[in-house]
Amino acid sequence: MSLAALFVQLLNGLAGASTLFLIAAGLSLIFGVTRIVNFAHGSLFMLGSYIAYSLITRIGGTGLGYWAAVLLAAVCVATIGALIEILLLRRIYRAPELFQLLATFALTLIVQDVVLQLWGSENLVGPRAPGLKSAIFVFGRALPTYDLALILIGPLVLGLLWLLLTRTRWGVLIRAATQDRDMVAALGVNQAVLFTSVFALGAGLAGLGGALNLPREPANLGEDITAIGDAFVVVVVGGMGSIPGAFLAALLIAEIKALCIALGQVSFLGFAISFPQFTLVAEFVVMAIVLVLRPWGLLGKPQGSVRSIGQIEAPIVPAGRMLQMIGAAVLAALLVLPLVAGGESYSTVLAIDILVGVLFAVSLHFIMGPGGMHSFGHAAYFGLGAYGAALLFKDAGMPMELALVAAPIVGCLGALIFGWFCVRLSGVYLAMLTLAFAQIVWSIVFQWDELTGGSNGIIGVWPSPWLATKAAYFYLTLTLCVAGILLVRRILFAPFGYAMRAVRDSALRADAIGIGAVRVQWTGFVIAGAICGIAGGLFAFSKGSISPETISISRSVDGLVMVLLGGIGTLVGPIVGSVTFLILQDSVARQTEYWRALLGLVIIFLVLVFPQGIAGTIQSWSKRAWKPA
Amino acid sequence: MSEALLAVSGLNAYYGAAHILFDLGFEVRAGEVVALMGRNGAGKSTTLKSIMGLIERRTGAIAFAGADISHARTYDIARLGLGFVPEDRRIFTDLTVLENLEVGSQPARDRTQQVWTPERLFELFPNLAEARHRVGGRLSGGEQQMLSVARTLMGNPLLILLDEPSEGVAPIIVDAMADMMIALKQTGVAIVLSEQNLPFAELVSDRAYVIEKGEVRFSGTMHELSGNEDLRRAYLEV
Ligand SMILES: Nc1ncnc2c1ncn2[C@@H]1O[C@H](COP(=O)(O)OP(=O)(O)OP(=O)(O)O)[C@@H](O)[C@H]1O
Ligand SMILES: [Mg+2]
Repeated sequence: MSLAALFVQLLNGLAGASTLFLIAAGLSLIFGVTRIVNFAHGSLFMLGSYIAYSLITRIGGTGLGYWAAVLLAAVCVATIGALIEILLLRRIYRAPELFQLLATFALTLIVQDVVLQLWGSENLVGPRAPGLKSAIFVFGRALPTYDLALILIGPLVLGLLWLLLTRTRWGVLIRAATQDRDMVAALGVNQAVLFTSVFALGAGLAGLGGALNLPREPANLGEDITAIGDAFVVVVVGGMGSIPGAFLAALLIAEIKALCIALGQVSFLGFAISFPQFTLVAEFVVMAIVLVLRPWGLLGKPQGSVRSIGQIEAPIVPAGRMLQMIGAAVLAALLVLPLVAGGESYSTVLAIDILVGVLFAVSLHFIMGPGGMHSFGHAAYFGLGAYGAALLFKDAGMPMELALVAAPIVGCLGALIFGWFCVRLSGVYLAMLTLAFAQIVWSIVFQWDELTGGSNGIIGVWPSPWLATKAAYFYLTLTLCVAGILLVRRILFAPFGYAMRAVRDSALRADAIGIGAVRVQWTGFVIAGAICGIAGGLFAFSKGSISPETISISRSVDGLVMVLLGGIGTLVGPIVGSVTFLILQDSVARQTEYWRALLGLVIIFLVLVFPQGIAGTIQSWSKRAWKPA
Repeated sequence: MSEALLAVSGLNAYYGAAHILFDLGFEVRAGEVVALMGRNGAGKSTTLKSIMGLIERRTGAIAFAGADISHARTYDIARLGLGFVPEDRRIFTDLTVLENLEVGSQPARDRTQQVWTPERLFELFPNLAEARHRVGGRLSGGEQQMLSVARTLMGNPLLILLDEPSEGVAPIIVDAMADMMIALKQTGVAIVLSEQNLPFAELVSDRAYVIEKGEVRFSGTMHELSGNEDLRRAYLEV
């Protein structure tokens, strides 16, 4: 590779850094002040590019019209952001962090379908900006002039934001609220106005990023997830709430990606390494390294907990007589299901899916609820179990039964390695690191064509003949699922379970009485990984084929939705939650093309009406009902 | 007593399941300095935070300047002219002294005769004048305490809830605080002072309430409290 090519690639990277910065700056600002990690930020970016597309194709013929359209698109997205804040977020500022994530995730589902309805599923290629359609030649290589404009826009926006934050009263209030929002209120500042305006500004920046990105990349329905993934990484690397940090991190990551592309195939010690394949992994590797070495990011500050009144979690109690009877009844009903509904019936197939989902959710709940570790990448262990079993079965020629036994071991090994890093962090940072590891696993599976089949996945993963009928496989799944649940229950009420909850409630105090906090959490992580691996293995053989979708962000989020839906404070929570979620998903998906939006609305409804989850709400109702008046 | 500027009665407050204040009540008239005395953990700070709406669960009647504020939001309460100086100061450490003061400024209420400006506050707190461009995190403990008071004054409050201004600062700063409070009182501002330090409270207070385990155990003039050794021994001395 020539130096000229490298230089041009680096310039290209700078242009990419600008859009990355715009979206990350908005996310960071919003997080800093409202403490909400806005999952819908990628959707706002996507809306920016779609709205810009519509405006530019109408009024973008002239230079003036084009840039007016870009700004107008940003203003539209800012308005949408303000509406979102007023209608939804305002109601959940005091809710637990994860509920906020869930609510904003629901927004991404809704926006997906709205965009699909309004603009269709085709990628929309935007016209290039008048006056910036040509390219200049740098060392004999073409560099679009539009990229040069982008390179300038990034620092320009950084400068404007800096002026806004340091030279205006609004900016001073924003910085004060980032540090201590209750104190700001006690000094007579209306937080509601402040929060709405910050959200609108952040959304506007994302919209601007989307609009500016249009000439580089067509507007498409996958933009939201890529954008939010990138923005998370940039914000975490730069330091939550730090705008200069976001800028620095955007530069760093965009340049590392550009470098990977520039390096191309390289031979090293006889190995051919294809660097362009690393672009997907690279950013998450950077994030993992930064989080381990400097958990609060490059320019961030070590963060105290949010200054607001936390809720004290009620301890988990063993199931009462009533619940045990319900459990037994459900089990009995399940045992006769294939006989009643038919061995190959749709109900049996759905029941297998649900049981796998239950096991997945129970394992996630184990570290989230009693463990207090909010994993955003639980799909990693599911995927490791699934791919581990499938590969051992197909490539290593293991018998199916043995491959299934290996699934939890693979999940466990993954959790052993990732967990070692993760348990050293907490809160949002832990969530982001788990997400990073899941994305790394996903990228490797996605790009290692020779081993994993890449995006095509692995087919022909069928169970042994004695398990070939759906009914037989159902009984296997039921057995393992029930065993998994009983095991988790056993662990929770054993000394280890108490230790884990002690660590969740106060790592410091737990350490002081001789419970090694890190070791306990690590062990918890590994147990969850192993149980999740079983779910993954069962999944692979039930479907007969697997693809990288098995490890996608959306599976991790589905798991979170299931756990939160059911309620985090009880052991039946994840079971109720996953069953509800999967039945809902199944029935909604069959009813309408726009099932995502419907699902999103249902999630928002649940978050607003059942903040303790379904099981939690029923529990507190029944407690109230029993209490003598 | 309709002339009370602040009237609290039947106040109960909770942290989660823990019940902290029990039917607590007291009053402050315009221009008066009232001390809330009590040992560590008696519930003094909780009382002040409850009045400001900073405690999620509270019940009872709180009236300020004729308005019922028992369900009002924190910023509305502050806008009515109730200033709050928390015990942990809660300075914005990333902001300069001037910026900290800026956060505290509010649109003027017509009832306010006095309008505090940074310059006037710097006369009251000369130490801050020299540090006006320094960020809050680089001030000494005493300077932070002064800044916290000055920041609240920027909102031109009619009454200030002042939580242990003498705690953890040098004796010389404690004296300065006393001078400052006397000067403030002369401008007509009322003060509720949460305090464990009896000599300090004696310097500035007109009346006192003694709180123990979330209940009022004594109310009277500062004089009566100082003169009553049994009372002091029972509720104040350690
Ligand atoms: N955030 C909190 N969560 C739970 N309990 C609390 C919290 N803050 C205070 N408490 C408890 O409430 C009680 C009253 O505390 P408060 O801070 O009001 O006392 P105080 O009179 O101000 O004491 P000090 O002189 O030490 O400041 C104490 O028992 C304390 O342990
Ligand atoms: Mg106190």
